[in-house]
Order: sequence, then C-alpha cells, then structure tokens
Amino acid sequence: MTDDAQIGEYPRWPEEIFGVLCDAEVTQVAYVPDAGHARLIELCQANGSMRSVALTTEEEGVALLAGAWLGGARGVLLTQSSGVGNCINMLSIVQECRFPLLVIVTMRGEWGEFNPWQVPMGQSVSDALGNAGVIVHPVDAADEIADTVAAAAELAFNAFRAVAVSISQRVIGSKVWK
Amino acid sequence: MSSSESSGNLDRREVVAQLLAGRGDALLITGLGSTTWDAAAVGDREENFYVWGGMGGAAMIGLGLALAQPERRVLVITGDGEMLMGLGAFATIAVQHPANLSVVVIDNEVYGETGMQPTHTHFGVDLAGMAAAAGFESACTVYTQSDLDTLCASLYSTRGPLFASVKVSGDRHETVLPPRDGTYLKHRFRRALLGDAEKGSLAGRTS
Ligand SMILES: Cc1ncc(C[n+]2csc(CCOP(=O)(O)OP(=O)(O)O)c2C)c(N)n1
Ligand SMILES: [Mg+2]
Repeated sequence: MTDDAQIGEYPRWPEEIFGVLCDAEVTQVAYVPDAGHARLIELCQANGSMRSVALTTEEEGVALLAGAWLGGARGVLLTQSSGVGNCINMLSIVQECRFPLLVIVTMRGEWGEFNPWQVPMGQSVSDALGNAGVIVHPVDAADEIADTVAAAAELAFNAFRAVAVSISQRVIGSKVWK
Repeated sequence: MSSSESSGNLDRREVVAQLLAGRGDALLITGLGSTTWDAAAVGDREENFYVWGGMGGAAMIGLGLALAQPERRVLVITGDGEMLMGLGAFATIAVQHPANLSVVVIDNEVYGETGMQPTHTHFGVDLAGMAAAAGFESACTVYTQSDLDTLCASLYSTRGPLFASVKVSGDRHETVLPPRDGTYLKHRFRRALLGDAEKGSLAGRTS
C-alpha cells in the first residue's frame, strides 16, 4: 500500500475509526474478530468507557445493539463480510422497530481475494444488506474511511437508520492479513 | 403430542404471573410467540418489550439492555425453541456476566406456536446445564411449585446472570395480544425508561 493514510507499519484508519466512535458516544462494541478489525478491536478493548462484547455469531450483535438502544446506549457491530450473512433474520427486528444500527464491515471475497470460499458472501454483502433494509456506504480509499464512518454514525444515531460501512479489501491491504 | 408428554406440569400462565408479581420496576423482554401472550395476559406495561420476530435474539436483547442499564434489573422470558435458536448467547452472556440479568425459559418441550412439535429439550437437552457450563452465576431447572417459589424469591435480587428453565405442561391458552407495532413498542419503552432523553441527543454530530 502506498496510501497517505498509512504511516510506517500500521495503517492509521483503525485509530481514526476509533476516534469517530468515541465522538459518537458509542459504548457497546460487538464483534466477531476479523483480521481487518484487529487493531480497532484492541483499541476498543483498551478503552474504559466502551464495553467490548465478543459474540459467538454476528446476529447476536444485531440483537445486542437493539437492547442497547432500548436502554439508551449506542453501539457498533464489527464484522467480516461473511458475518453479514449471519445477521439477516435478526435485521428484521431493526427494520420493524427502526432501531439505529451502525455496522462496520471489513470485506473479503472481493479485491484480490485468494480464498474462493469467501467470494459468495463477499459478493452478496451489498444486496443482502440492502434487501434487509440497511443503507450501505462502501469505501475503498483509506483516507475516506473516517469521514464515511462519521457520516454513517450520524445517519444511524441522529436519523435513526441502519447503516453499514463496507471497507474494501483494497484498503485493508495485505499487511493486516499475516 | 399431548400435554402429559412434557416432563413438566406447571401451568405457564400461572408461572409467568408469579414470575412477574414481584418485578417492581424491572424491565421485561419476551420472546416470540407464547411467552409474549403470557406476559400480555398478566398485563401490558410500557416497560415490556415484546419481540415478535428475530427468533433466537431475546436473551441478547436482554444483554444489551442490561449492559446499558446496570442499575435496573432486566428479565428475559422466552420459549425453549426460541432459546435453542440462540444458544451462543449463553456463552456471550456468561462472559459479560451482567449482575442484573435474569433469563427464564418457559419450557414446554415443544414448538407451541407452530403445532406442538417436540423441541430438543423434550429429548433431554438440558438448557440449565448448558447455561451453568457456560458460566452463568446460577442456573436451575424448575419442576415443582416449591422450586418455583425458590426461584421467585431470588429472581430480581440474586447476583446475575441467572438462568432458569421452568418445566410447564404442554397446555395451550388463549392468545392475548399486546401491541405489535415495533416502533411503538420501542418508543414507549424508551420513554418510560429514559424520559425526555428518549428523543436522543445530537451528540456525535460530526460538526
Ligand atoms: C427463524 C424462524 N424460524 C422458525 C420460525 C417459526 N416459529 C415461530 S414460533 C416458533 C416456536 C417457538 O417455540 P418456543 O420458543 O418453544 O415457544 P412456545 O412453545 O412457548 O410457543 C417457531 C419455530 C420463526 N418465527 N423464525
Ligand atoms: Mg416451547
């Protein structure tokens, strides 16, 4: 990667997303780990005002964050693209009740993928989320990630919508994978 | 399946009425189907959030709520079929270990709403054993009235997460319908719990 947003060994965008989540007063961070989210998960776990909730499957996070909103709290779901497929029926709660939902999806099965098993779900993310009533903001440049997440958080929590930011494999790059 | 085939003989409506009798200001989440009708039969309240869909999600909604409202007791009442669809929640809840969360399954050992087909609990799958193995603070199976009295004495006060599976008969009851519009249920719950803050601040505006 030769992107401006990458300095030294680590890309800067996970820190930037973390800053956006702090500004948005996110207090529940639900995730099933993905390599692309590794740094962000570490940052959230180290933050005293955020509760990190490791899930066994991503649909748990959709239900968790509905409960969080009922209780007056804001959350985010961090998932790999394959995890989107695990969420579909649970998203009917979000759509029916118009719960705010912020999801950050790290893509697989898309730019330069080597694992064919990732392709079916990766290629379905946008349509699947759209069909489930989730607005999708794709982003494929590192220096646009923070702004996109901030806009998505605004749309989710202030306009009460379900919004996913899908971060292209093109940005996540090979560095994070090893 | 006849009702005698369930290993339980408690009456679900009486069980849920007794569970809710001492609730005070506790917040209630119910699972899809019969447990929602049971709670509605006891009496509709703004602090009740009935999940009419999203099978498998009731306990996790309870977790998100319990973490957001650590000072309030949160009770989830759901069916055995609904709980079986989200067994991973046992592990997730146990790891978070919310002291204010109680999850009670009304276990009739069938998928009641869909025609009384036996669930896995009918064949011996032990939900309380699973919750205990996951690491719940306490977990029990309730068979008798005296077991139920013991549960009710600790349901809102004992340190959570608490899990109980209450074995009830397969008898079906009249369907009592609470409100079902999701946005309405959400708004009235938040208004009852959060007051004016329900409207939501504009915190997090980017500029
Ligand atoms: C994902 C999904 N699969 C299947 C159903 C159909 N369904 C509706 S209610 C129900 C049974 C619920 O059984 P249980 O939780 O044990 O409730 P009870 O026996 O008290 O009615 C099922 C399978 C559904 N609503 N959603
Ligand atoms: Mg049942």
